[in-house]
Amino acid sequence: MSAVLRVRDLRVSYGGFEAVKGVSFDLAPGRALGVVGESGSGKSTLAASLLRLTEGADVTGEITVAGTDVRTAPEPELRRLRGGRIAMVFQDPLSSLDPYLRVGDQIAEVYRVHTGASRKAARAKAVEVLDRVGVPDAERRARAHPHEFSGGMRQRALIAMALALEPRVLVADEPTTALDVTVQAQILALLTDLRAETGMALLLVSHDFGVIAGSADEVLVLHGGEAVEHGPVSEVLREPKASYTRELLAAVPRIDSPRPARPARRGEPLLRVTDLRRDFVSGPPLRRRTIPAVDGVTFDVRRGETLGVVGESGSGKSTLARLVVRLLEPTSGKIEFDGHDLSGMPERRLRRLRRDLQMVFQDPGSSLNPRRPVGESVADPLRVQGEPAPAKAARALLARVGLDPARYDDHPHEFSGGQRQRIGIARALALRPRLLVCDEPVTALDVSTQAAILTLLADLQDELDLTLIFVSHDLAVVRQVSDRVAVMRDGRIVELADTDTVFDSPAHAYTRSLLKAVPVLDPAAVRGP
Amino acid sequence: MIWFLLRRVGAAVVVLLALSAIVYALFYLTPGDPAVLACGRGCNAERLAQTQQKLGLDDPIYVQYWHFLEGLVVGRDYSAGPDVDHCAAPCLGYSFQTDQPVTAMLMERLPVSASLAFGAEAMALLLGVSAGLLSALRRGRPAERILTAVTLLGYSTPVFLIGLVLLLVFCAYLQWLPFPAYVSLTRNPGEWARNLVLPWLALALIQAAVYARITRAGALETLVEDHVRTFRAYGLRERQVIGRHALRGALAPLVTLTAVEVAQVMTAAVLTETMFGLPGVGKLTVESVNSVDLPVVVGVTVLAGTVVVLANTVADLLHAAADPRARPA
Repeated sequence: MSAVLRVRDLRVSYGGFEAVKGVSFDLAPGRALGVVGESGSGKSTLAASLLRLTEGADVTGEITVAGTDVRTAPEPELRRLRGGRIAMVFQDPLSSLDPYLRVGDQIAEVYRVHTGASRKAARAKAVEVLDRVGVPDAERRARAHPHEFSGGMRQRALIAMALALEPRVLVADEPTTALDVTVQAQILALLTDLRAETGMALLLVSHDFGVIAGSADEVLVLHGGEAVEHGPVSEVLREPKASYTRELLAAVPRIDSPRPARPARRGEPLLRVTDLRRDFVSGPPLRRRTIPAVDGVTFDVRRGETLGVVGESGSGKSTLARLVVRLLEPTSGKIEFDGHDLSGMPERRLRRLRRDLQMVFQDPGSSLNPRRPVGESVADPLRVQGEPAPAKAARALLARVGLDPARYDDHPHEFSGGQRQRIGIARALALRPRLLVCDEPVTALDVSTQAAILTLLADLQDELDLTLIFVSHDLAVVRQVSDRVAVMRDGRIVELADTDTVFDSPAHAYTRSLLKAVPVLDPAAVRGP
Repeated sequence: MIWFLLRRVGAAVVVLLALSAIVYALFYLTPGDPAVLACGRGCNAERLAQTQQKLGLDDPIYVQYWHFLEGLVVGRDYSAGPDVDHCAAPCLGYSFQTDQPVTAMLMERLPVSASLAFGAEAMALLLGVSAGLLSALRRGRPAERILTAVTLLGYSTPVFLIGLVLLLVFCAYLQWLPFPAYVSLTRNPGEWARNLVLPWLALALIQAAVYARITRAGALETLVEDHVRTFRAYGLRERQVIGRHALRGALAPLVTLTAVEVAQVMTAAVLTETMFGLPGVGKLTVESVNSVDLPVVVGVTVLAGTVVVLANTVADLLHAAADPRARPA
């Protein structure tokens, strides 16, 4: 069948910088092409240029959608094209809908603009497509505002908006990156179903090889704006030709391969948490509700081991991390650290213990003060605790985490994401803590950077005899780093066991459903071309 | 929603009570005997004692304040012997210099000030929002530079200078407009507007400059938001994208700002009214301060406070109405 989307020697540049350098491909109706690449590879620019959403960019080459030249189409033609023949679903469903308007009205508006349908017909259409993408009770939910929808439901609503116009091509730019694995699996299944049902072609952009492997027929690997590899998914996975593809695949944390065995840790635990609970109160007076974010959690962490904590959003894992280092006050329960009960300890006495309890945060971009030189940020905890020569020690720490100590006076925005996380780790290590709590430390990073940070953490752990609590939603990452794993759901630990036990013979049904939802990189599991 | 409303109104009442108490204490604890001031020229010991009794100044301060609050709710009588002056609720006090209840004096001038303030505010919003939007949409082009220069000029020029220039140009040289004299809206709407257009403009220019800057910043921010991109990607015209999806977000901070600016407008109105000779509350304030007519000053202050608190409460409610996320569950 002839291609519904044809791209030839596409080049997109901003100013003098070329983000996409001569990419060509065809996409036939009903087929799915995965575009995979790390940040800065030009994959989002490529996706945006297909709808001419690249404002201020210089675009050359050919883009033809269902016979229309996107690059030269006059404005009215372009508007009919956008949504009508090629629709786009964006990465962040939280911000991609208008917060002020009802979800159904937004879909109806787009439908009316393209079809000129009556208000009533458009509203009926909105309910119909919302129902089709699996929004329960669509009639009623169409009248809700976006903030009343969960992340997964918002992404369904955006897909519904696209679906209403029955486009020939759907461009999905990281459609599941912001979502939990179980929700991700549902959205990907929905996209596959819709493709089979409507004959729509799908261009799926993702940084996650696993997502592409399960949902695309072909894959195009982008690196520095160039297509370094292009072929059927199973072939690329089995025998990657480009060296970059091989590196990328090697860096992906594998849920199916265990971390090299470490000697089991015995002896007195460093941290013992008993029946820990933290409530949040919300709602209007008289109807105030108490929501337990952490609901009676008991576990211990042995000296020198890594305890992985996995869970989906809202499971209470971040609250737990904050409770352990007493950034949050527990509602009840006990936190014993090296024999001291931290719960209810006055801040003045706690301060001396704080040096032993440090935390690495998810977003190194926002957890470092943007107006302070990074060296000063690393030296700050040393100053607070009255250590001698903080600046000198900070330089040594920067060197230890693999950064040039000469960059002491640079500011956070001058570093890459991975480098910033290294700075965050240096700051956490400044006081030589005994327990390091890492809350999603590699979530914001590319896979190759992720691998480097995980190696750094492992080296530091051996060298400094650190005890780690590693909180993440990413099961593959947790498998790579943990000795034992706790699975959290709705504020409780549903399963706590050795890593291999949890991943290979999970006892709890929820753990099994989580594991099933994770996309795998197994070429045998991929549907044939 | 009902709880939200009750809480806001409750808070407003508490703020107003605190405000009136502070104002009352400030004015009646300052040195100088209000009775001497009220008793006026040709005062002797007997008349002074009489005035003191009539004004209730022989009572302790908290009893006086209580009477003041009582007067607000049910009205009160000022009496010394057979001489009774009734002051109906809401009674803000009694001016013995002019021999009138303060409330009546304020009510008489309020339409003038309200005409001035609402008209100027409407004009400021119209000018400010259009200038702000235009400069956001024409970012980096000459139109934006000119608008930025004009708004900065408007913001930094004092209202009395703008007023004088306007009077000189339009009334003295061009003679397109009469020298402003207040004509009631109900009597002749055309004359009302023709007389007020210059005071409106003088007062609006400063406000418009602030609104323009805020609108421009808000619009620049929302124009690059993800949901705006969504509707662009679904083939809406730029006009529809801006009108339906960007404007609301850009103007949301303006609602709050307008309420805060009410206090600013009232201050500027004092100057404007004096300059254009309009018999409004601002002019009354200046007169009563000059003649140390304390009850009037207290009344004006309480009225001004009420307007500010009211404006902020309305802004909160409007904000909740405009933004579904700000609505309590």
